[in-house]
Amino acid sequence: MQRITIDPITRLEGHGKIEIFLNEQGNVANTYFQIPELRGFERFCVGRPVEEMPLLTNRICGVCPEAHHMAAAKATDAVYHVDPPRTGKMLRELLYSAFYATDHTTHFYALAGPDFVMGPDAPVAERNILGVIHKVGLEIGGQVIQMRKYGHTVVEMIGGRKVHPCTSIPGGLTKGITEEQRTEIVTMGKWAIEFAQFSLKLFADVVLGNKAYVDLILGDVYTHKTYYMGMVDANNKINFYDGKVRVVDPDGKEFCKYEPKDYVQHIAEHVEPWTYLKFPYLKNVGWKGFTDGKDSGVYCATPLSRLNAADGMATPRAQEEYDKFYKTLGGKPVHQRLATHWARLIELLYAAERWVELATDPEITSDKYHTIPTEKPTEGVGIVEAPRGTLTHHYWTDERGVVTKANLIVGTTNNYAPISMSINKAASSLIKGGNVNEGLLNMVEMAFRAYDPCFGCATHSLPGQMPLEITIHNKDGEVMDVLKQFVD
Amino acid sequence: MSKPKFAMYWAASCGGCEIAVLNIHEKILDVDANFEVVFWPVAMDAKYKDVEAMEDGSILLTLFNGGIRNDENEHIAKLMRRKSQILVAFGSCANEGCIPGLANFSPSSEIMTTAFNTITTDNPQGILPQTTYAMPEGEIHIPTILPRLKTLAQVVDVDYYMPGCPPESHQIAAVIDLVIQVLQGKAELPPKGAVIGAGNSTVCDECDRKRNVKTVAEFGRIQLIHADPELCLLEQGIPCNGMATRSGCDARCPSAGAQCIGCYGPAEGVLDYGARLIAAYGSVIGSNDPAEIDRILDGLVDPAGQFYRFNLAGSLLKGSVMAKANGK
Amino acid sequence: MTETFEPIIIGFTCNWCSYRAADMAGIARMKYAPNVRLIRLMCSGRLDPTFIFKAFANGADGVLVTGCHPGDCHYIEQNYKALRRFHLMKRVLVQMGLEPQRVKLLWTSAAEGAIFTAEINRFVEEVRALGPLNWNAAAIPVVETTPMEVTV
Repeated sequence: MQRITIDPITRLEGHGKIEIFLNEQGNVANTYFQIPELRGFERFCVGRPVEEMPLLTNRICGVCPEAHHMAAAKATDAVYHVDPPRTGKMLRELLYSAFYATDHTTHFYALAGPDFVMGPDAPVAERNILGVIHKVGLEIGGQVIQMRKYGHTVVEMIGGRKVHPCTSIPGGLTKGITEEQRTEIVTMGKWAIEFAQFSLKLFADVVLGNKAYVDLILGDVYTHKTYYMGMVDANNKINFYDGKVRVVDPDGKEFCKYEPKDYVQHIAEHVEPWTYLKFPYLKNVGWKGFTDGKDSGVYCATPLSRLNAADGMATPRAQEEYDKFYKTLGGKPVHQRLATHWARLIELLYAAERWVELATDPEITSDKYHTIPTEKPTEGVGIVEAPRGTLTHHYWTDERGVVTKANLIVGTTNNYAPISMSINKAASSLIKGGNVNEGLLNMVEMAFRAYDPCFGCATHSLPGQMPLEITIHNKDGEVMDVLKQFVD
Repeated sequence: MSKPKFAMYWAASCGGCEIAVLNIHEKILDVDANFEVVFWPVAMDAKYKDVEAMEDGSILLTLFNGGIRNDENEHIAKLMRRKSQILVAFGSCANEGCIPGLANFSPSSEIMTTAFNTITTDNPQGILPQTTYAMPEGEIHIPTILPRLKTLAQVVDVDYYMPGCPPESHQIAAVIDLVIQVLQGKAELPPKGAVIGAGNSTVCDECDRKRNVKTVAEFGRIQLIHADPELCLLEQGIPCNGMATRSGCDARCPSAGAQCIGCYGPAEGVLDYGARLIAAYGSVIGSNDPAEIDRILDGLVDPAGQFYRFNLAGSLLKGSVMAKANGK
Repeated sequence: MTETFEPIIIGFTCNWCSYRAADMAGIARMKYAPNVRLIRLMCSGRLDPTFIFKAFANGADGVLVTGCHPGDCHYIEQNYKALRRFHLMKRVLVQMGLEPQRVKLLWTSAAEGAIFTAEINRFVEEVRALGPLNWNAAAIPVVETTPMEVTV
């Protein structure tokens, strides 16, 4: 059987490879998306003092350490049965909102934007951030850099460092912010709101104003009807930092809503022997394989999922965009995976609004940001929404607060089955009769990229050329064809 | 004349080093102006085959971050060494193993057995990932996990060491400036084997907290007190690692109220980081009576983890007795 | 016939008391097991745990640290420093899987050659009973370094 190997997957955080097998007709027989790495956090966190977990789990991902830091912080609060004071929670959520704005910006402009602003069939040399800048103006690159700078400045002010924050402890934080810092945070947040609105307008003009792109978004190639998961507040509006986890079925009806401590009753992880990552699924539906539909336990946890699972956005401008989103795409839920890019920008706007909302709260500068725990540590669960999906940290400790067991279900992991399905569907739809070309390469990547598997590169200076080579072997292992892009 | 070639690769890493590089903000333009980026999986689509096709030594500068956790990491480390003139161990993982190096406290098999038997894992048959697996369409492979996580210098000849988890962006910017100056003939490269982008002293030197003669009567936990923001954390019983950790970070964590956890690695002249901390802590314990000493030490609930948090793979012992080099 | 395991023991002895005790044992022809290689420090307080970790990393099966009795230290108080360091170091080593019986701290005076001999012999037998340690840290081969060749 002919085999096409893409190794490594690029323009994401982490390692992965795709194997595509073609049958005798040259059509896709099957695809396998394999994760080749495993570092062992669940093993080596055992024996560590639980207050180190927000620091150790940062190192699961240096792109979204803030997400792990917050999930871990909430889990350690739960372990110690302590509720941080309001200021402590607000400071954490403020840091988190600024981080979200930065992270979603990074993904949209450097990773996803080029596919839409330039077009999926655009010449490879133009299909990157440079092309975007030339098309829409040099100012954009500077703004993207500024957004990243502002976001990381807030993270450092509250979290101590730009990468791998260090200030969350059981019961709150090790520091607060001054009035001077608060003023600066508000100024940056207001700028972020304008930047988010500009980004949405850019999307509307360049993508939604172009029928070909709209057809691509609405087309079947990138559509899957699965369950959708996201965290919501008491009003069923999206909240990234705290709330309950809500799951809706492919028709948009609420399937379950659970408190973090009850996640074990709802989520299980399926194992395949050919990859180091597991496939989470809804326990109460069951694992039926890599398939869509109400009878399959496969679920998705992305910005699109969060919009589908919630009843709306908690801030006004984002709510307006939410309404426009569903009106344009024909109602809830939306199943077209490429619409995730739009959903991500709506979340960007919400994050910026929430940033200003929290920073203008009078209690944000209070020095009551930590409550000393008084109860014995035992066991606790902390859940937040990572940009890439619902993030669950669960720790057990002994009476000294030393970790005895840990269970982590990480953002992108939720989406391992859906991504595999999206890759399979895209490849199967696009590769016919053994015809493999550059269009395939990008369109398979686009299936993947919509989920924002953890990383983007937020700068001007991606080189225009994306070297990529695919070697096609026949079943005797002879090279039949080699397709190259910018490989010398 | 074409620009010299630049590469950045991540082995068993978290991506934080890549973000730290991007956090030099506009300065990334200087990288773009002076180098041709030929391999950087996070940012562009060159594949392993493209690197293999390059001439040996054709990449001027490679920043290699991430630890050597599996045989693919080791293979790529050797590949990047062949293709690069200057190879920098970038960040704590490549330098000393960093947090994933904590896996060296246990046999490597337990990484998999733990992950594939968690409370939510549906695995009644106890399936574990196989490095080679026959699917109906053909055999597919994933890398083999090595018995111990290794540092970059334990597998290839390293030219420079840049510590930090991640290296602070202002330090990265300074190193880039230096390299560009070298390209322009205005500066010399430091001697091979040098530690770059970091200071020559300890974190204590950069920390603003007040310090007195230390006699610790009690070790505590940071969540159980409201620490005095002006006083040395160790004097308040909080287990800070600053005294053995290399400077260069501006003591950010103690400035923010958190103890130094040692992410910048051993200070100049320290052969074994954990041993140095044991010596230092031994010196400040406030008793000479064996029973009282033990009582005070009971307050350190994870001494091996605290003292080797970032450095276990790069230490003299490299791991626990149980994590044998031959995996048995 | 099976080979008897001969443990390798490294002994860090302080110059003033315990090294002299070893000397005295030698002069009086008191036999002690040849398994112990003695390394002389000026004071037990000079003991850097690095030395012990290096010993285990390079194949030692046991390590002995000797010094003056508390209160008799030639440098006044430094054997107390050794005591505190030893206690902490032992906890770390045990946490890393070492049997606690493989490290021993012994106070002797210069006159206690007989005690010194007896304790060493006892320690060797205790370590022999535990078997070889094989920490195996040195099993990772050292990488050869070569000069850089840079064309800018």
